[in-house]
Amino acid sequence: MTRSVAAGPRRTVVTGVGVVAPGGIGRKNFWSCLTEGRTATRRISLFDPSPFRSQSAAECDFDAELAGLSPRQRRRADRYVQFGLVCAAEALEDSGLDLDEKARERTGVAMGTAVGGTMALESEYVVASEHGRDWLVDPDCTTPFLYHALMPSSLAAELACRYGTHGPAQVVSTGCTSGIDAIGYAHHLIQDDEADVMIAGASDSPISPVTVASFDAIKATTPDNDDPAHASRPFDRDRHGFVLGEGAAVLVLEELGHAVRRGARIYCELAGYATRGNAYHMTGLRPDGAEMAVSIMDALDQARLNPSDVEYINAHGSGTRQNDRHETAAYKHALGSAAYQIPISSIKSMIGHSLGAIGALEMAACALAIDSGVIPPTANWENRDPECDLDYTPNVAREVAPRVALSVGSGFGGFQSAMVFSRLAEVGR
Amino acid sequence: MTPRAVITGVGVAAPSGVGAAAHWRTLLAGERRIGPITLFDPAGYATRLGGEVPGFAVASHVEGRLVVQTDRWTWLGFAAAQEALDDAAIDPATLDPYSMSVVLASSSGGNQFGQGELQRLWGRPDRTVGAYQSIAWFYAASVGQLSIKHQMKGPSSVLATESAGGLDSLAHAARAVRRGTRVVLAGGTEAPLGPYALACQQRSGWLSTQDDPALAYRPFDTAASGYVPGEGGAVLVVENLEHALGRGTPHIYAEILGWGASHDGEPTRRGGGGSAGQFARAMRLALDRAGLRPDDVDVVFPDAMGVPAYDTTEARALRQVFGAGGPAAVTTQKPLIGRLYQGGSALDAVTAALAMRAGVVPANAGLDRPAQECDLRFVPAATPSTTDVAMVNARGFDGFNTSLLLRRWQPAGGGAPMPAGQPVLAGQPVLAGQPVLAGQGER
Repeated sequence: MTRSVAAGPRRTVVTGVGVVAPGGIGRKNFWSCLTEGRTATRRISLFDPSPFRSQSAAECDFDAELAGLSPRQRRRADRYVQFGLVCAAEALEDSGLDLDEKARERTGVAMGTAVGGTMALESEYVVASEHGRDWLVDPDCTTPFLYHALMPSSLAAELACRYGTHGPAQVVSTGCTSGIDAIGYAHHLIQDDEADVMIAGASDSPISPVTVASFDAIKATTPDNDDPAHASRPFDRDRHGFVLGEGAAVLVLEELGHAVRRGARIYCELAGYATRGNAYHMTGLRPDGAEMAVSIMDALDQARLNPSDVEYINAHGSGTRQNDRHETAAYKHALGSAAYQIPISSIKSMIGHSLGAIGALEMAACALAIDSGVIPPTANWENRDPECDLDYTPNVAREVAPRVALSVGSGFGGFQSAMVFSRLAEVGR
Repeated sequence: MTPRAVITGVGVAAPSGVGAAAHWRTLLAGERRIGPITLFDPAGYATRLGGEVPGFAVASHVEGRLVVQTDRWTWLGFAAAQEALDDAAIDPATLDPYSMSVVLASSSGGNQFGQGELQRLWGRPDRTVGAYQSIAWFYAASVGQLSIKHQMKGPSSVLATESAGGLDSLAHAARAVRRGTRVVLAGGTEAPLGPYALACQQRSGWLSTQDDPALAYRPFDTAASGYVPGEGGAVLVVENLEHALGRGTPHIYAEILGWGASHDGEPTRRGGGGSAGQFARAMRLALDRAGLRPDDVDVVFPDAMGVPAYDTTEARALRQVFGAGGPAAVTTQKPLIGRLYQGGSALDAVTAALAMRAGVVPANAGLDRPAQECDLRFVPAATPSTTDVAMVNARGFDGFNTSLLLRRWQPAGGGAPMPAGQPVLAGQPVLAGQPVLAGQGER
């Protein structure tokens, strides 16, 4: 069931983890927050949310200077790029990699983001248009880095420039599955011998008026403003929409042999990745979860694992009415009776839904769960929904050491992605 | 055996026209399509020229219900995708939805739609946006909409590396085919000619501020002064070779034989032109993957920024790979239509495919006196010649380099059902061995 180090196709392992999340900067704080079941959702403080329907969010207590960014980095990089830089630094340090000139040619970057520089584009627009007065705008009073904000590719470029990497660099922007798809893209490059090491993850900082208003307009986010700490309620009968979040995570992915030769500490293997589209609706989900189920089965196939091998599911679990029902159906469809035995949890209950970034944060959580032998809970779970009748690990973390973890993502545009991580027994830690 | 990825359909929605035939006619005639921006009043802007898709009638390409839910960038993507599917004679309804996917590149997203909603949010007291903002602005909107329209459920993706993205998407489509997807819509479009988006682009410092369309965008020339942005791009059908042959595809333009990507690994300083060494490395990676030598390349479609420092590094990179004389032939038509970002590199791949099919290499545009170090072997006039291997290069801000190699499709064991010199599209003959229109009107 766990795979051995054998000859064959190139395999990908996780050798470093870096996190910026609500409730904790750095992977240790992130993991404490999750395993203690603490919620980081609160009333929005980044701007005055009072005109908006949904006024709650999970914000990062992020100080770019304290986080180690130089004055120049702070000036040129948008908030989401800053998150990415801080995560990459932590992940690379964690990996112990020495990126000399030769290694940097075989090191690439694949980062996901759903809305990229939206926060800066909006705040600069307010200036350029004089608060929405002018349609023909004057760029003269805007930041010199406005073009960086327009181009979401800036996220990958800034990381490649910071570490002098010369391998393929890419931003993957598939909405709310951006994180999982960017890590999947990196996995493909390692498999195909296009890179030995990939700095892979995702970042988003969407907590700005335009994004909050966008989700208000379609009632996707929670209207519960009275009790923000308990507003994100995945799989609970009384869930009423997601809570917007922000943050980033970066994994150092490495070809297995490369990692073994240098004696790297290996968290786990990225054993399978798949994505499908529902071709159904930009925001709607078919109740049966058929396409997500196909992704799950494909990812397990690639890992040569059976449903009963899965010992933890890190859910998409956004806390919208339709998502949690859709996802539960997909688990049953893909995993059969095993679905009822596997502990499932949604960390969005604690750190909100940071759009493209959350996939990477969830991958980081899977790596840490496998590594630490603890499964984070689904916070705020109180009442069973007849349509969501699996084991969602309510409220309290479990000391379970999963050998195989599955994580899924689902997003606007119909993207349905799945990833499987497995412990690498023979190499071990 | 690893599946092979071939191009079986090309779709264009660009300033050169909607449809590959219109595009090809424009290139062969050397018609310049950049001109004063009409999509909004650019009088107060430093850059007032753009490449617009002429007479683009959205109603002919997008159903009314969707028009209001999507940005112009997505409309152009719908048009190009339909053209590509028609060209490949693929009716998606007849294929397994899971065997098809959409992998497009994206840059600024639905920026005109987004500006409208920002204006509403900040300019009105009620602090709201419309219901479609959440699905029209974000970078995955075109791929999501296309996957729904054509019922494509296979592994789709959205890639962003600014102008290099069109080639990255074609490379990734080839990866997808190798992993089992049979039909991939790849390429990209862009709609950067909105008031706010143009303001953002001006911040890069690379846009031409000339008012004479003939002088504005002149890559590799002593008078190069930046580029003219343009809208649109191309979508291609990338298909599993066996699948294409099995269904009796009307044509196979080329095989995607190689690709290589690198990053400069350092920010480009103002006035700098990126890393020639890393750009050259991307080309070598593509050649290595394809198992080809530089001598095998018949023609190169360059990035052609039109910014002097970038032109110089591109010429240097080409010399590093191809030797002191540079490649056998270099040609770009971007000065006719503008720089379409990821749409432009995808469109160059279409032009390469059409050149292979027609047996004609279109003239290089926009060049009068090559700048120092930039005197490459530019194609002076549309030339009848067989293109077996074409290299398409692109760079993306800030530091992305991608190179793509296409090889004209020739069935194994001789026989040439698809030789060069065939009409590109029915009713649009382009005859090899006959003087073809030179790049008239070019300086």
